[in-house]
Amino acid sequence: MENTYLGLVLAPLAGAIIAGLFGKQVGRAGAHWVTILGVGISFILSVLVFKHHVFDGGATYNETVYTWMVSDGITFQIGFLVDQLTALMICVVTFVSLMVHIYTIGYMHDDPGYQRFFSYIALFTFSMLMLVMSNNFMQLFFGWEAVGLVSYLLIGFWFKKDTAIYANLKAFLVNRVGDFGFLLGIAAVLMYFGSLNYADVFALAPSLKDSTVEVFPGTEWSLMTMVCILLFIGAMGKSAQVPLHVWLPDSMEGPTPISALIHAATMVTAGVFMVARMSPLYEYSETALGFVMVIGAITAFFMGLVGIVQNDIKRVVAYSTLSQLGYMMVAAGASAYAAAIFHLMTHAFFKALLFLAAGSVIIAMHHKQDIREMGGLKKYMPITYWTSLFGSLALIGFPGTSGFFSKDAIIEAVHASSVPGADIAYWAVLLGVFITALYSFRMFFLVFHGKERMDHHTKEHLHETPWVVTGPLMLLAIPSLIIGYLTVESVLFGDYFKDAIFVLPEHNVLAKIGENYTSEIGFVLHGMMAPPFWLAMGGLFTAWFIYMKKPEIADNIKNNMQWIYKLLDKKYFADEFNEAFFAGGSRGIGRLLWRNGDIRIIDGLMVNGSANSIGWLSSVVRHVQTGYLYHYAFVMIVGLMLLLGWHLF
Amino acid sequence: MNFDYTQLIPLLPEITVLTMACLVLVVDVYKTSKDSNLTYYLTQLTLVMAAILTIALPATETNRVFNGMFVADSMSDLLKLFIYIVSFMVFVYSREYLRAREMYRGEYFVLGLFGILGMMIMVSAHNLLMVYLGLELLSLCLYAMVAMQRNVVTVSEAAMKYFVLGALASGMLLYGMSLLYGATGTLDIVEMSNKLSTGDLSSSLIMITGMVFLITGLGFKLGAVPFHMWVPDVYHGAPTSVTLYIGAAPKIAAFALVMRLLVEGLGSMQAQWQDILIIMTVLSLFVGNVIAIAQTNIKRMLAYSTISHVAYLLLGIIAGTQSGYVASMFYVIVYAIMSMAAFGMILFLSRAGFEADSLDDLKGLNERSPWYAFMMLIVMFSMAGVPPLLGFWAKLAVLKAVVEVDLVWLAVTAVAFSIIGAFYYLRVVKLMYFDKAEDTNDFIAGPDMRFFLSANALAILGLGIFPGGLLSLCASALGM
Amino acid sequence: MLEEYLPIWIFMLVGLGFGAVLLTVGFVLSPHRPDSEKLSPYECGFEAFEDTRMKFDVRYYLVAILFIIFDLEIAFLFPWAIVLDEIGWFGFGAMFIFLAILVIGFIYEWKKGALEWE
Repeated sequence: MENTYLGLVLAPLAGAIIAGLFGKQVGRAGAHWVTILGVGISFILSVLVFKHHVFDGGATYNETVYTWMVSDGITFQIGFLVDQLTALMICVVTFVSLMVHIYTIGYMHDDPGYQRFFSYIALFTFSMLMLVMSNNFMQLFFGWEAVGLVSYLLIGFWFKKDTAIYANLKAFLVNRVGDFGFLLGIAAVLMYFGSLNYADVFALAPSLKDSTVEVFPGTEWSLMTMVCILLFIGAMGKSAQVPLHVWLPDSMEGPTPISALIHAATMVTAGVFMVARMSPLYEYSETALGFVMVIGAITAFFMGLVGIVQNDIKRVVAYSTLSQLGYMMVAAGASAYAAAIFHLMTHAFFKALLFLAAGSVIIAMHHKQDIREMGGLKKYMPITYWTSLFGSLALIGFPGTSGFFSKDAIIEAVHASSVPGADIAYWAVLLGVFITALYSFRMFFLVFHGKERMDHHTKEHLHETPWVVTGPLMLLAIPSLIIGYLTVESVLFGDYFKDAIFVLPEHNVLAKIGENYTSEIGFVLHGMMAPPFWLAMGGLFTAWFIYMKKPEIADNIKNNMQWIYKLLDKKYFADEFNEAFFAGGSRGIGRLLWRNGDIRIIDGLMVNGSANSIGWLSSVVRHVQTGYLYHYAFVMIVGLMLLLGWHLF
Repeated sequence: MNFDYTQLIPLLPEITVLTMACLVLVVDVYKTSKDSNLTYYLTQLTLVMAAILTIALPATETNRVFNGMFVADSMSDLLKLFIYIVSFMVFVYSREYLRAREMYRGEYFVLGLFGILGMMIMVSAHNLLMVYLGLELLSLCLYAMVAMQRNVVTVSEAAMKYFVLGALASGMLLYGMSLLYGATGTLDIVEMSNKLSTGDLSSSLIMITGMVFLITGLGFKLGAVPFHMWVPDVYHGAPTSVTLYIGAAPKIAAFALVMRLLVEGLGSMQAQWQDILIIMTVLSLFVGNVIAIAQTNIKRMLAYSTISHVAYLLLGIIAGTQSGYVASMFYVIVYAIMSMAAFGMILFLSRAGFEADSLDDLKGLNERSPWYAFMMLIVMFSMAGVPPLLGFWAKLAVLKAVVEVDLVWLAVTAVAFSIIGAFYYLRVVKLMYFDKAEDTNDFIAGPDMRFFLSANALAILGLGIFPGGLLSLCASALGM
Repeated sequence: MLEEYLPIWIFMLVGLGFGAVLLTVGFVLSPHRPDSEKLSPYECGFEAFEDTRMKFDVRYYLVAILFIIFDLEIAFLFPWAIVLDEIGWFGFGAMFIFLAILVIGFIYEWKKGALEWE
């Protein structure tokens, strides 16, 4: 199987290299063919791998492919760990990536950076696969940073746009904060477990669960809690959890296909994946689980609220992504890792769908993104309309759609959980359902129904987008609707993950829920009597009532509740705070150090001082090389004599 | 007299190179067209044939033939293989340059082949006479190659200096050998080592004197201070293609010589030669890195860079451990690959009547060709030892080796000098990327050169990211 | 042991005597008509006493060097000839290869025109 795994990973890389370095030679069509071929191969192999591990019962593969370096007994290597979790992830990643590749042909049709774009997204696919297939922390970190790099490059893809540059810088800096924690976490693992291999670390975890470390004198911290929280800080950066969420909405400055691929479906879920992968560590720290859950709940609820007041079509979807990532984290915190991964998968499909549909609308609207200037698009763009509807229904968890199964499972799991913070989290995710329905359908109604508010010129040119755009929409709509129904039983309540995910018996909330589980239909029927369904319907109805039936209500609320509106519109002033406190503060400290430390001491005295003296020395010593043959011979003989003398006297 | 003809099998690569060199010589004098590529292709064919033979007949164990005169082991196989590869590239790079200077004649290739034969003998010599034979065969070819463009003043000066100093050095080497012979009564390296391992011969006056003379000869070949004086002048004065030839493969052979003589032969005198090598290394680090800063000619700068690289190479030998020798071997191969690319780049930039050997000629290379500027950037960064390029791993390996034997001060010195050295490598990068181009002519290099030069530089990058393969190759060649 | 060297001693004595006798006979019997050319010491075709920075013909050295190369091989051929019986066809083959390489060198210098005076 090793060759299959290698091929799976390297095919997109090959595509990226060809499209990136030889873009001029292969041309635009060449660039998209070669990358689509690479990702296509990767997808087919992923399906084979999935079949091998899930249906044929293939054993978990955990081998080293290449040893990069051995230093002080610690091996740094590239290796693959392929089990059910990995198999699921690679299928999702390659499928969505393939759809986005095809979609990009239409979306980026006239862009001068066409080849560059394909190269980046293929490179992203490679990095993401490296991340999810890794069997050790170093490779995980490599994949982690590589997807971050591609994300950075793609947010700033239109590098002549100031806002894009600002956004990618912001994404970069915020992720640095998260990565710092992540790196510390990995360092702690290396220090206390003495290995970077998952298998070794996980095997040691039970014996180290009660050990404590003294980071600052006099404080005793549980080792597991420290490691898990540090790693989770990395996940907070990558998966945009409060308070490191600020970069994700701004990342919408990038082209829409990557918003779908990277900033919704795959990369941002890396944090969730990581927590699930590290379940053998997290299980031993209730504190860390509680931390994960509370952070997730805060993100799920408060970011959803912000979504209600946004007017940029992509930003609405972006806040929805933030909120859904919060749901996944809540599930992980409740030890329902399977539910988290399940929601990750369903979310990948319907969120990619929603983003691509938004992109389709944006194409039709000539790159205008304000939903206040849209309306009534239903009759112009039937395919986009219907697929968006399916996506939105899945998002709000309409019974039977994929989102229903995953979200319901999460809410149930949190309800059953006894981890500290579970109560707050339960209410947050429950109310979140209402908010989700509200902002999703607010956007949906404003875009597709009601008065046509766009200007005359745009209206004249309105038409459905080409097949390369609508094709992926339809292909993504199918799993958005049915994947939940097909897989809920085995993934959530069956034995799908086997040993890939480890849950302590006392944390096993999914098993608790599973006791009442009868069949998919039963789950749906049960769901229709539970509060989340009614909350979702309430949200949907409220959206219809406020934005379709009586639009003046929206204005009234806005005027009467100025401060709340302002708070939400400004996203809780997180940006302003960061700007003033962290950015301003570090600039201040930086300037201080620069003036006194850098210019005076380091530059003046040490760097320039030593450089000058070396330069002077060099100009003196070079005269030893006189150019006279007899001097040379003389030096040789004197050298010989001195060396002889060294030993003889 | 009974002669076991199977003894010839390990020599097949040498026999092939010799036969083909003679053939190339005859073909060259009889060929009619002056611009014919025949000799060139025959030369390259020879190297390919030799490589195939070396790979096809691997030495599974140490195989000593001709009464122990000649040895074939896995170290000699690997080093020979790299000598072929490096020489192959050297000939590819040199082609356009030679053509533009009317040196594209059989002599360059014949001398080149005989030089390669000399290196192969050096690598496989297990007897002092064979060592000398190989060394002289190589040296004579080099003297003649340096002097090929004899109507250019700098060239004849370089050739003269090289020849006189080379003769002096080989005289010292020979004197050292005769002293060793006098003390031990044998020329055979293995026998000598056996004799030295018992009794207190190792610390006798005559052995130490002999050893110092021997090291002088080796030091000259390697270009270690204080026997380095020829290096800058010859590198600078010689035609660039010859500089390339001198700078790359012969260092591999010189490394083999050090291994055969000091490690295998005088292994029990390690305490004595370690001191001397340390002195030479520290001096080389100083001279190589510090004087390079003041250079304006890139060939001269690279000559000093060579001196400093030799110092790093010696670090592994100084460590005197198996892992140290592996590190040195890795270093010399890496050095050959890097210096090939660096001189190759000068050849790439040059054309008829223009040597491109001044640092200023690199100005603004990025504007002229971002790709080749990037290639040069890789080479310079690698020479400076910037991770993750190949040069970094090589430096790391030798430094690790000396730290392991508790010579931490030496490692620290080496690192300090490599920081100073980084300055002049980075200056090249600065010139390429931040200065305005003075020369705007098109490059004349052919597709083969472009391909191999790019492959060469990318290999530095690629092998740097995956250094494990080459490193384990070196380790297994030394039986680790 | 020393008596084993007696033939050599006799050989040297005879050689010395023979040489001395021949020189003496020549000196006694030959006519003496000296002139300035005959009296000047013969040294490589150059004037014995003149400015050191003079021009000379490099071809002379070329021929001399080439001559030495081919001359010295005789030093290798003599011992070979003596033990040829013992080393047999292997020895013959080895010498053949040696001479073949020499011939290649000879072909080279011939074709390059090193042997042509003009």
